[in-house]
Amino acid sequence: MRIGVFICHCGSNIAGTVDCARVASLAAGYPDVVYATYPMYTCAEPGQAAIEQAIHEHRLDGVVVASCSPRMHEPTFRKTVERAGLNPYMFEMANIREHVSWIGRDIEANTHKAAELVLLAVEKLRRNRPLYSREFPVTRRVLIIGGGVAGIQAALDCAEGGIPVVLVEREATIGGKMAKLDKTFPTVDCSACILGPKMVDVAQHPLITLYAHAEVEEISGYVGNFSVKIRKRATYVDWSKCTGCGTCMEKCPSKKATDRFNEGIATTTAITIAFPQAIPKKAVIAKDFCRQLSGKKCGVCAKVCPTGAIDYDMQDTFVTENVGSIVAATGYDLMDWTVYGQYGHGRYPDVISSLAYERLMNASGPTEGHILRPSDGREPKSIVFVQCVGSRDPSLNRPYCSGFCCMYTAKQAILTKDHIPDSQSYVFYMDIRAPGKMYDEFTRRAQEEYGTQYIRGRVSQIFPNGKGQLTVMGMDTLLGKPVEITADLVVLAVGIEASRGARELAEKLRISYDAYGFFMESHVKLKPVETNTAGVFLAGVCQGAKDIPASVAQGSAAAAKVLTLFARDCLASNPQIAHVDNKRCVGCGKCVRCCPFGAISTCTVRGEEKAEVIETMCQGCGLCTATCPQGAIQLAHATDDQILAEVDALCQI
Amino acid sequence: MHLAYFPGCSAKGSSLDYELSTQAVLNALGITVWEIDDWNCCGSTPAHAVSTELSSALCARNLDLAAKAGADQLLTPCPSCLSNFRATAKRLEDPDFREKVNALLDTPCAETLPPTSSVLQAIGELVDCETLAKKATISLKGLKLVAYYGCLMSRPPELMHFEDPENPMLIERMLEALGAEMLDFPLKTACCGAAFGIPKRPLTAQNSGRILELAANLGADAIVTCCPLCQMNLDLRQAQAEKAMGRHFGLPVPYFTQILGLALGIAPQDLGLAKLVVPMDALLPKLAPKTSAPNA
Amino acid sequence: MPCRQLIHHMEAAFPPRPSQRAIHAEYSMNETIRLSKSSSPGVAASPSFSQEVASTSKQPIHTCYQCGNCSAGCPAAFAYDLQVNQIMRAVQLNQKDLVYRAKSLWLCLGCATCSLRCPNNIDVACVMETLRHMARAEKKATVPVVEKFWLSFLNMIRTFGRSYEIGTMVLFMLRSLRLTTDVDLAPQALVKRKLGLLPHTHQGREAVGRIFTRFHELQCKAREGR
Repeated sequence: MRIGVFICHCGSNIAGTVDCARVASLAAGYPDVVYATYPMYTCAEPGQAAIEQAIHEHRLDGVVVASCSPRMHEPTFRKTVERAGLNPYMFEMANIREHVSWIGRDIEANTHKAAELVLLAVEKLRRNRPLYSREFPVTRRVLIIGGGVAGIQAALDCAEGGIPVVLVEREATIGGKMAKLDKTFPTVDCSACILGPKMVDVAQHPLITLYAHAEVEEISGYVGNFSVKIRKRATYVDWSKCTGCGTCMEKCPSKKATDRFNEGIATTTAITIAFPQAIPKKAVIAKDFCRQLSGKKCGVCAKVCPTGAIDYDMQDTFVTENVGSIVAATGYDLMDWTVYGQYGHGRYPDVISSLAYERLMNASGPTEGHILRPSDGREPKSIVFVQCVGSRDPSLNRPYCSGFCCMYTAKQAILTKDHIPDSQSYVFYMDIRAPGKMYDEFTRRAQEEYGTQYIRGRVSQIFPNGKGQLTVMGMDTLLGKPVEITADLVVLAVGIEASRGARELAEKLRISYDAYGFFMESHVKLKPVETNTAGVFLAGVCQGAKDIPASVAQGSAAAAKVLTLFARDCLASNPQIAHVDNKRCVGCGKCVRCCPFGAISTCTVRGEEKAEVIETMCQGCGLCTATCPQGAIQLAHATDDQILAEVDALCQI
Repeated sequence: MHLAYFPGCSAKGSSLDYELSTQAVLNALGITVWEIDDWNCCGSTPAHAVSTELSSALCARNLDLAAKAGADQLLTPCPSCLSNFRATAKRLEDPDFREKVNALLDTPCAETLPPTSSVLQAIGELVDCETLAKKATISLKGLKLVAYYGCLMSRPPELMHFEDPENPMLIERMLEALGAEMLDFPLKTACCGAAFGIPKRPLTAQNSGRILELAANLGADAIVTCCPLCQMNLDLRQAQAEKAMGRHFGLPVPYFTQILGLALGIAPQDLGLAKLVVPMDALLPKLAPKTSAPNA
Repeated sequence: MPCRQLIHHMEAAFPPRPSQRAIHAEYSMNETIRLSKSSSPGVAASPSFSQEVASTSKQPIHTCYQCGNCSAGCPAAFAYDLQVNQIMRAVQLNQKDLVYRAKSLWLCLGCATCSLRCPNNIDVACVMETLRHMARAEKKATVPVVEKFWLSFLNMIRTFGRSYEIGTMVLFMLRSLRLTTDVDLAPQALVKRKLGLLPHTHQGREAVGRIFTRFHELQCKAREGR
């Protein structure tokens, strides 16, 4: 074999603490190495050209580049050697930047370690075999999980691009959190007015199949060919017959059901349509509150329904959809702020969450847009907003900023003054985070035009003063003095958390999530929409705090990724997968059980049970190779032979 | 269960009524305790304000006495003493600190010390509310009360392990079971001003005033306490608080043991009720023998 | 117990401090803080102060982000010259003099509301107590009346083994020259027999006295060592 070695300076990144010329001269003495050099920037055009030239001039049949992490440039150099006529897998990379130069200052020690890593790469490369991808067809359909504004945008963009969409929404209506909002910052335009048309488009688009009141149960398959089992939760209303007329809601005698859409500030009937613009505008029975379904005699809705749509015997049903790509857009939930004992644990009716306040201001809310105190229905004149409740609070393991609360608090303060001109609003804040376009100006307007008093500091305690009002004990850290406000209503800007069930869904999608349940993007800066599972993309707050414009942008970005993926009819498989040696396999089935991707099945070969790798599903993780007691499964490009050769080389140094 | 008892200095002076009523209630509930011989002051706030080692040495001597007398548990009515005992026991887990404390003592402190608890918590654990209600002969129906725990009963939570530190409910549960109406009292763990009544009166007057004012606004008949210092600030110093707030309160501030004792049918004189500076005489006529419920 | 003997005890245990007035007069609260080395007038930083407070109190001082929650709930805030959050800030900036000058240290009620509600899990009350210890070690207690009360209280314990309320009061009044302290309470306290007229005696008083004596000796040794 004839191997060429390239020791990259990476400017001063590597050369600063590694003697690259010496590494190259040491490498020249390694087995099969016929050429070794030390270019300044190997990944730059001249650097790649030099590799190609060396392959031709020195008749190389394998190349080692010692530079940065393979996560950065392995694909680059594989293409380089391929252009020069080599198989892309006749290439190895030694990471002498992240693993050497960036972590140690001792040039002597670093140079030695770099040389050792190059030797390992050479020993592995000597045992590499050419590998070839296979092509497989793609199902050109996409599953979008979550029908908030991010999911809606992704769905519409995909559908407009000609890709059929399956949209799954857990609630009975799409629209997500945005559908609950009254107005939106910084333009103060009506949320329903701008979201409504998009929701209607979803309902009417011929390429979009909407499953509301449904959840993803199981996902199998791989990029291009996923199979998704969807649970359609029983609504007890046959939606093919329901016209959304609302007669059932008028007559339902059970009126104490928790109104989740109105954030608990009102109660509703057991059979409901969430709000007038709901899509689909269909009724759902809340089982826990329905008299008939909890074994009492009732049946009123069934009697009054003009289309006979009520079905008390309805069960959950399942559908399976095949798609080639998945977009997760599961959004967020508010954290449970009632953990704050100092704010009353939720036992004071006039201390409410910001989202509940949106419902109080919203014309389709329980007060028809009049701001009235939940306790006594009186109009509040003194309103205190408390920011960062459950955000930036390490004591509750919530160190992160929820991103958009500063802005909606400013908006709510402005709207409060619009609704109640003789009111006074106060905002307790730690920092005002308003970096978006026209955002800072907006928070200034709240203070300058609308007279909102901004007070820098957290609130220590809120409690009823025994005279029908609330005492808010805060601090003005700018003045260095404690402040106390007697308030009629306190609105808590409650922090966000990953949507309930996000972790479980991530497991199903085989994507990573952070310590707080937010889904992990593939690269924080350069792959913000991709995940580490091919074909699964992210949109909206499920990845991290975002406001509406950013969620919409990411929805579109995810759609672009889907359209890019589907631009080709076929996808190339990764050839670095497991292979079973039938002669050694005893059919014990351990590999079948340990495979996290369900990529190993069993087959019968001459009457004997053997393991079989499903090529398109194998992700090359290597769990089966480590598990197999017979050593019968080998991972191409990381065989036992290759790994032992590396260990051997290391031991002999 | 061998229960040692540490009355604390105030029990022999300013809170004699707490001591009387505690003994009477424990007796009525069949809980036997023995006062440890020869106990000394825990050092209270001044000791730990001056030196952690000094404070812990004073406490360690008491804990050691209890341990050597074979106590399973050491009870004290005073949250401040309890807080000092618990902090000491925790600090003594550090061998270096233990060495420093032992250097101050006549004999090294016992390695294993009995757990400590407040009388309030012990009653809560030993007698459930149902049993309490069964033993009661007088109904507290008609009394509108707030419970006031003060700072140290629940803080710091990792040391005191007492209920929800922002909203303890033990006294409420007990007295509700006995028929009283317990009002939600958001300042139940606020600070009364501690021992600053002497050196810096406004600190105490204003903080106690705030607590008294909220209780008055809520329409409470009395504030039920469990700490001798809180009780003194709210009761003996009530006039000072009234001056600070520019308002008359006239709110009785009994100990929870006095209220408990009344319900258990113990005579007011045996509970030291006469020692309350703001008398609760006006409330006593509201109390009537329990009429057994028709289905009981 | 004759008063002279009590005062003698106390002075032996806690020798009188040099005048604090000189320290006060030297600074004003609004002087420029010189964070970098500078010969210009202003308050200089004490480089390792923050670290010393952090290691003595075992509290993560650096995590304080100045939300002000500690001050917002502080029952003594109205009496403070420097709010708790400002003290935390001053510690972060190594402003030892600023901290030691603050009367607040000595007005802290020790209720630990700040610690309970700190979003960064800092036991702020513990930091305050640590600062009190550190300031006393440098003889910088800026509210003598509070210190005098503590010492009067401790002196009674040293003498009697248990607290003796009337004795503490008398001693405090003598030390602080505030002879009318709480006289408004005297009638009620006496009528209701709130105060024991005589100290309760018990055998342990000698043992407690020895604790104080050893404490005093160790303190003297430590001072000489310094």
